[in-house]
Amino acid sequence: MIVAITGIILILFVIGHLLGNLQIFLGPDWINGYSQHLRDLGPLLWAIRIFLFAAVSIHIYATIQLAIENRRARPEPYVDRNYVKASWASRHMVVSGLVVLAFIIFHLLHFTARKFNPRFPLLKLDPLNRYDVYSMMVYGFENVYVSIFYVIGLFLLTLHLTHGSSSFFQSLGLNDRKLTPRLALAGRIFAWLLFAGYTSIPIAILLGLIKPAQQL
Amino acid sequence: MNFRLRVWRQPNAKAAGRLVDYEARDISPNTSFLEMLDIVNENLLARAEEPIAFDSDCREGICGTCSLTINGEAHGPDHPGAVCELYMRKFRDGETIIIEPFRVRSFPIIKDLVIDRSALDRIVQAGGFISARAGSAPEANSIPIPKHDADLSMEAAACIGCGACAAACPNASAMLFTAAKVSHLSLVPQGNPERVRRVLKMVHVMDAEGFGNCTNTYECEAVCPAEISASFIAKLNREYMRARLRASAGD
Repeated sequence: MIVAITGIILILFVIGHLLGNLQIFLGPDWINGYSQHLRDLGPLLWAIRIFLFAAVSIHIYATIQLAIENRRARPEPYVDRNYVKASWASRHMVVSGLVVLAFIIFHLLHFTARKFNPRFPLLKLDPLNRYDVYSMMVYGFENVYVSIFYVIGLFLLTLHLTHGSSSFFQSLGLNDRKLTPRLALAGRIFAWLLFAGYTSIPIAILLGLIKPAQQL
Repeated sequence: MNFRLRVWRQPNAKAAGRLVDYEARDISPNTSFLEMLDIVNENLLARAEEPIAFDSDCREGICGTCSLTINGEAHGPDHPGAVCELYMRKFRDGETIIIEPFRVRSFPIIKDLVIDRSALDRIVQAGGFISARAGSAPEANSIPIPKHDADLSMEAAACIGCGACAAACPNASAMLFTAAKVSHLSLVPQGNPERVRRVLKMVHVMDAEGFGNCTNTYECEAVCPAEISASFIAKLNREYMRARLRASAGD
């Protein structure tokens, strides 16, 4: 139940974050204005960050504890094992989750602390004196290796959510014989839509569809 | 038909086990899996070798005693159905068949393929009953039960307690078993007086027995010979939350 509730919080964040990021397709003015707006929240922004950090920590702590108990419940594994129904994603939630965690740490250092790219410190403010997030994202994703790592991170997040985004209904006791199979399908579609939405940004940049707003 | 069997042999609970190869020859396609093992055992006895120990009782799919993992699936490849309802025609001639016990820490191996499932009995003893006054049966129509509830209760009551859910679960969780036992009593008025205590105690004992936790992979319902739906697990989650709220409110 703890895992389900913290999971819902994180899913809501992932949706909001995608909607914010997709503004890159609307031009520099949109996304720079959006990020300035977030920074203007000041203490509220930090409250949200601390809240999300707490949700991530509790989600991980509770699942690792569950995973240890589950491992102990079958000390001697089967020689031969054939799963009839359990999906690969549902059986590898810890692995996919930990890769996503590594990805989140990299992502925060990359775009929030603005590390790993020698051009980030050279970026000037945009014409309206706002931080030029638009150009930062373009320069950040122009590195093919960085983009590939993002796509891998997002792929594992997607696998994680193909199971997680419908599984929480069951954990909270919200089940209906007709609705539950549809929710499972909707959860898979939802996860892959997120994947398409998020990866569209580095792919569009690598294809040269989005150019930096300022030349360095 | 001929088969090559790879069977888990383990002399006792403490000894290390291993897969041993056996040949099953001239088996009729209409032999049940357990009869096939009987034939193999007769040949072993004729050669003065130790027969393969395995559990079975009714051999008609209602007692829940047979408990084999065949080619990595609890009760073998023919779902839904217990091992005793599995026929050799479901296999290819010449196929290699791997036979293992149900592997769950809470089901310790006694010998070869025989396991001790009394952990499930202890879950039922914790609250899977009603404390009704004994005596002659009351008039049937004196307690009205909606048809839908009665049907759902009967569906949950179909659980034969074989333990395949825990055996198949990637986490060795016995949630489907416990969910069926809690649900079939909580759905009818006779089970209502002990509803709160029942679910709290049964879940407590389930955890204390060392079973794993449910992560909603639904592997359990895929192998269940009684076709118990995993939606009963959601019902167990609801029952548990309701009981915790009621218990904390002093009910």
